[in-house]
Amino acid sequence: MIVTTKKDFEEIEDALKSYNNIILIYCGTCSVTAQCSDEKSVNEMLEHLKNAGKNVVYHQEFKEPCDFRQDLQDWRNVPQEALDKVDAFLILSCGAGLQGMLDLFDRKNIVKPIFIGLNTHGIAETERIGRFHVKCAGCGDCLLNYTGGICPVTSCAKGLMNGPCGGQLDGKCEVGNYEKDCGWILIYERLKKIGRLDLFVQLRPAFNWADRGHQKSVVFR
Amino acid sequence: MAEKKVYSKLGEMLAKGEFILTGELEPEKTCDLSHTIQEAKEMAPYVVAANVTDSPLGIVTINSLAASHIIQKEANIEVIWQLTVRDVNKLGIAGMIMGGHALGLRNILSLTGDHPNMGDMPESKPVFDLDSATLCMLVREMVDKGTINGYEIESPPKFHVGAAANPNSNPMEAEALKIGRKVEAGCEFIQTQVAYDLDKTIEFLTEIKKYNVPVLLGIFPMKSYAMAKGFDTFVPGVDVPKDILAKWKSIKNDYKTDKAKQKEIYDQANYEFFKPFITELKNKDLLGGVHCMAVHYPRIFPKLIEVIKG
Ligand code: SF4
Ligand code: SF4
Repeated sequence: MIVTTKKDFEEIEDALKSYNNIILIYCGTCSVTAQCSDEKSVNEMLEHLKNAGKNVVYHQEFKEPCDFRQDLQDWRNVPQEALDKVDAFLILSCGAGLQGMLDLFDRKNIVKPIFIGLNTHGIAETERIGRFHVKCAGCGDCLLNYTGGICPVTSCAKGLMNGPCGGQLDGKCEVGNYEKDCGWILIYERLKKIGRLDLFVQLRPAFNWADRGHQKSVVFR
Repeated sequence: MAEKKVYSKLGEMLAKGEFILTGELEPEKTCDLSHTIQEAKEMAPYVVAANVTDSPLGIVTINSLAASHIIQKEANIEVIWQLTVRDVNKLGIAGMIMGGHALGLRNILSLTGDHPNMGDMPESKPVFDLDSATLCMLVREMVDKGTINGYEIESPPKFHVGAAANPNSNPMEAEALKIGRKVEAGCEFIQTQVAYDLDKTIEFLTEIKKYNVPVLLGIFPMKSYAMAKGFDTFVPGVDVPKDILAKWKSIKNDYKTDKAKQKEIYDQANYEFFKPFITELKNKDLLGGVHCMAVHYPRIFPKLIEVIKG
C-alpha cells in the first residue's frame, strides 16, 4: 500500500486561508488502511474545518482517487449545487490521488484549486494498523533478485549498491543512532541463509539514473 | 604481468612492498589552514603521505579537495585526498577527480562518508550516487582507460585509489567480502579503522589476505587520558582496552605537576603498546604499513617511525 500520515491542521488551514466553501474528498483505499481517511479521520477533519470557520458544502469518498477510471464513476455522485458553491477542494489521499483528481478536473472543466491533507511516505508493508514500513521506492530497476529480496534502496540509509558501509555497528545503522537494522547486513544474512553469498560478493555498478525519476509514465499500450 | 604504474610516492612505496607510515590531517570549519599546515610540516619527515579528511561525521569543514591541495603545496607533504560520495553526484565527482589531478593530487581514499544526518547540517540531501566501490571503479576507468563512461578524456588524471575497512566489524564475514568487492573495483590499498583488539585484527587481516591488497592498520596513539577516554566513548565500535584506560589515567594523575614528564611518559606508553601490536602483525605478514589517525599529536611520529623501521 501507499502509506500516508496526516498533515498538521495548521498547514491545511493556511492553504485554505482564502477559501470558504470546501468540498472534502477522501480516498477509500490505502489512506483508509493508513487511518488517514477512515471514518474517524474524516469526521475529525470535518470538525477541524468547522472550527476553522469553513463551510463544507459536500464530502464524499472516492474509492481510488489515483485511478482515473474510478474517479469518472465517483464523480457522478457529486451534486451540481455543491460544485456551484465550492471555492476549493481538500483531499485526504496520497499525492498520486490528488493528481488523479486534477486530470478529472481537466476533463470536467473544474477550475477550482485542490489541496492535500496528507503526507505521502512511500510504498509500504503493513505490519499491523499503525505500523507501516516503506519497502520500495519505485526505482524502476528492481534489484531484489540480487539482494535476497531485501531492497537496498529503502533498507540502507544511503541507498548503497555495494554495502555495508563503515557506519554499521553490530548490524545496526549509524543513521538514527544505531536503532535501525543495517539493510546491508540484513541482505548479507538473508543471502547467507539461502546459500547465495555468491550474490553478495558481486560488485554492482552505480544505479543508472539516466532513465529515472522525471516525468515517468509506464505506457505499454 | 604489466609493471604497475606509479603516480605518487605512496604508489611507489606500495609497489615496492615497503612497510610504510601514513598520517592524518583534519581541517576544520575554517578558511585558514595554518594550524593544519603546521601539523603537516611536523609530520612530513616521518610519513609517506597524510590523509586529508572530508567533513568527517557529516560536520561541515573546509572542502577536502581545496584543503588537500593547499596542504600539499604549503607543507611539502604528499596528501591522500579523502573523497566521500556523500555530497556530490557521479558527474560532479568525475569533474573533481580531474580538478584534483590538475591541483597536483595523486592519491584518493574512496569513502562512503558519514551520513549528513549525523552532522551539523542534517537537512542536507544525502547524495550517495556512487558508493566507495563504484568510486574506485570510476577512478580506475578515468586513470587506466582515460575515459569517463567511455568518453575520452583529453588529458586523463593519474591517481592511486584506496579504500577503508573495519577490522572490528561484526559480522566480520560481510566486511571481508566487501573488501573483495572493493579490490575487484580497483582499490589498490586499504586503510583500516582503528583497532585495539589484536586477535580480532589478526582474524580479519588473515581473512582478507587472499585479496592481495596492502593494508595499512589504523592506529590511534592517545595523547592524554582525556583523548583516550573521549575516543573510547565517542567513536562508535571502537573500544579502548580497559587496561590502557587505567594506565593513561594513572599517568594523568601521577605526573600532574610535571607536564613535560607527563608528555614523555604518555609517548612512551603509546610506544610500548603499539610496538608489539604492530610487530606481531608485521611478522605475520598481514600488514603493508600503519596509518596513524591521531590528529594534533605530531610529536608521536618520531617514536612511531622507530616502530615502523624496527
Ligand atoms: S530495488 Fe527497491 S526501490 Fe527498486 S523496485 Fe526493487 S524494491 Fe523498489
Ligand atoms: S550502516 Fe548499513 S543501512 Fe546504514 S547507511 Fe551503512 S550500509 Fe546503509
